[in-house]
Amino acid sequence: MRLSVVDTELCVGCQCCMFACARRSGLGGIASSAITVRSMGGMEKGFKVIVCRACDDPPCARACPTGALTPKPGGGVRLNASKCIGCGRCAQACVLGAVQWDDDVNKPSICIQCGYCVSFCPHGVLAMEDK
Amino acid sequence: MLPNDPISRVLYIDLTKKTSQVVDRSDLFEAYIGGAGVAAQLLLEECPPGIDAFDPRNPIILAVGPLVGNLPLASKTVAMFKSPHTGNLGESHAGGRSAVAIRMAGYGAIVIKGASETPLWVSIDGDEVHLRDATTLWGLSNTVTGRVVRENEGGAGLRTILRIGRAGEQMLPYANVMCETYRHFGRIGLGAVFGSKKLKALVVSGKRSLPVADRRAYRQLYDEIYQQATTSKLMKKYHDLGTASNILPLNAIGGLPTRNLQAGRIVNAERISGEAFAEGYLGRRLACTHCPVGCIHIAALREPYENEPYFMRTRMVAYDYEPIFALGSMLGINEPRNLLRLLDRIDDFGLDCMSAGVVLAWATEAVEKGLIPADELDGVSLRWGGYQGYLAAAERLLSQPTPFYQALARGVDYASSVYGGREFALAYGGNEIPGYHTGPAAHLGFLLGARHSHLDNAGYSVDQKEMLKETVPPERLINMLLEEEGARQILSSLVVCFFARNLYDTNMILRSLEQVGMPMTAERLAEIGRDIWRAKYQFKLREGFDLLAQTVPQRIYETDSALGPIDETYMQQAIAYAANLIGELAPAS
Ligand code: SF4
Repeated sequence: MRLSVVDTELCVGCQCCMFACARRSGLGGIASSAITVRSMGGMEKGFKVIVCRACDDPPCARACPTGALTPKPGGGVRLNASKCIGCGRCAQACVLGAVQWDDDVNKPSICIQCGYCVSFCPHGVLAMEDK
Repeated sequence: MLPNDPISRVLYIDLTKKTSQVVDRSDLFEAYIGGAGVAAQLLLEECPPGIDAFDPRNPIILAVGPLVGNLPLASKTVAMFKSPHTGNLGESHAGGRSAVAIRMAGYGAIVIKGASETPLWVSIDGDEVHLRDATTLWGLSNTVTGRVVRENEGGAGLRTILRIGRAGEQMLPYANVMCETYRHFGRIGLGAVFGSKKLKALVVSGKRSLPVADRRAYRQLYDEIYQQATTSKLMKKYHDLGTASNILPLNAIGGLPTRNLQAGRIVNAERISGEAFAEGYLGRRLACTHCPVGCIHIAALREPYENEPYFMRTRMVAYDYEPIFALGSMLGINEPRNLLRLLDRIDDFGLDCMSAGVVLAWATEAVEKGLIPADELDGVSLRWGGYQGYLAAAERLLSQPTPFYQALARGVDYASSVYGGREFALAYGGNEIPGYHTGPAAHLGFLLGARHSHLDNAGYSVDQKEMLKETVPPERLINMLLEEEGARQILSSLVVCFFARNLYDTNMILRSLEQVGMPMTAERLAEIGRDIWRAKYQFKLREGFDLLAQTVPQRIYETDSALGPIDETYMQQAIAYAANLIGELAPAS
């Protein structure tokens, strides 16, 4: 299963999904959110909802110089935080901009495809789908 | 408070000296929670008694609360300042991304003092504060200013952009501050105070995590609140049609001020109802950050150019109950397209649309009654429903070609002091009325409310609930209004949206406060609410507010309210009692 964006036109920009993602750590705020929602240049144009697509041969993992990011069976990547040196190359490698950055710890926030955010989107923008 | 929670950090910016510093104000947040509670104290500290609202020493205070960033629906920022419109307590609330952005930048409040000699915009990204040259932005509309700042600053998706239009630059006392294009710090002139400081825009961004007391209990509490917010009926109402859903019910009971309150109903109200806007114009819905309800409704106004029929412009215009009242029924406009055209223009100027509507309504009646010399109209025809005249007049509130428009630009209180027509100048404490002619409680509420807002104490709701059953004795009515205003101070200190007031009951508030490390008893909470109200009234009295010297517009007695005629003796008894009570509760220090 992977996270997918059903229809951005339904998105109201509440960012409840971002808070949900960050809350998996048990904390408030959004530092560790692996999702980003932002306007397409003015809210009247609607929103971009940027999530990790769980690529089969993920460019972010290929770009990581220390092997902190490794591909997962079935798509997506796993982060070994102790190996991460915070260089940011993974984030640069994702053309979607789906590798978010946690400034609190200076490491990427990697989507683990858990689907927690899906139940906190009030408008059905997000869903888990079979790959 | 929890260690590592940045809520008690207050950022002080001085625009004269071009300096900034962060001061820990745990003292204030512990005693007054945040939002309105903390802002009121900062205002008492920072605003010297008796100054002009455009004095550089008038502070702009923006405060948020501890639940912001932690729990849904805690989404408001409270602004406090001395108001150029009422000459007294200025308090205005807005949502958008503002509250979460300020909290995520690591602050509980921001205080802006001093004034710049040249236009600037202030950029706050976490600990970094920059003052940027805004010379090239001066004179630009709200929309364009927002776009330029957006393109020049980082933090997309995590920032708030507050800015003023031409009305703010020209310091019109009812100029507002726009927030994310579709929300406002409306009423009583925060935009003018920005303008007096040459502050064109303020952008704030940040990203961080926040500590909680008990991670498991926190998540449980969150789920409960989220669940209720997404399933409750009230929330559904705001979510489906937005506040505009109130047009038809208010019109049906005769409580929708129409043609300068010459009536309480407008014919064909269904054409400007929430239902009609949703059907014919709704183009997008938006939410404030961390609000699953999403009450913001934006109309798409698609229009051909006059001489180029195959060139279209599509304007996106946010609508709500209040703009529909002020620029619709109040002006006799029941054609939604015309209403949206007017609203769009007034918004882009950065004028408060409620005050602007009431001002134009007063002007129309004054013209009708022959109070205005024809040459002062500058060729504009003001008549009920004539939106082109209103567009032309709105433009002249800024260009001010004649003394008449100069007077209108200062509000109905002032304009009627020059031209007469005091009886139908619909304002309380200098602030033009909101859209509720529901009965005595609404009007007493506007008069008594610390900022003369219908949201201070929700008198309109008392009319529709208690007063509908039986006429409550004036003393009891006043007690009810003051009690409600005290209770609402809690919500506006947590900065929870008033629409969520039923969800955040005392029990829910106490549980929430526990999670942010501010456990307290229900008694203490109620006490804090009263303290905050008292602090606000202390400021009001210090700045010369005298309830007994206030005028109640005669018009409210002439037009039947939803509860029938309003009895003048009843109102006088209530006011006399309230004046006494306020003297006792908030003795001038
Ligand atoms: S929770 Fe849903 S509606 Fe809200 S920002 Fe995320 S995707 Fe958009």
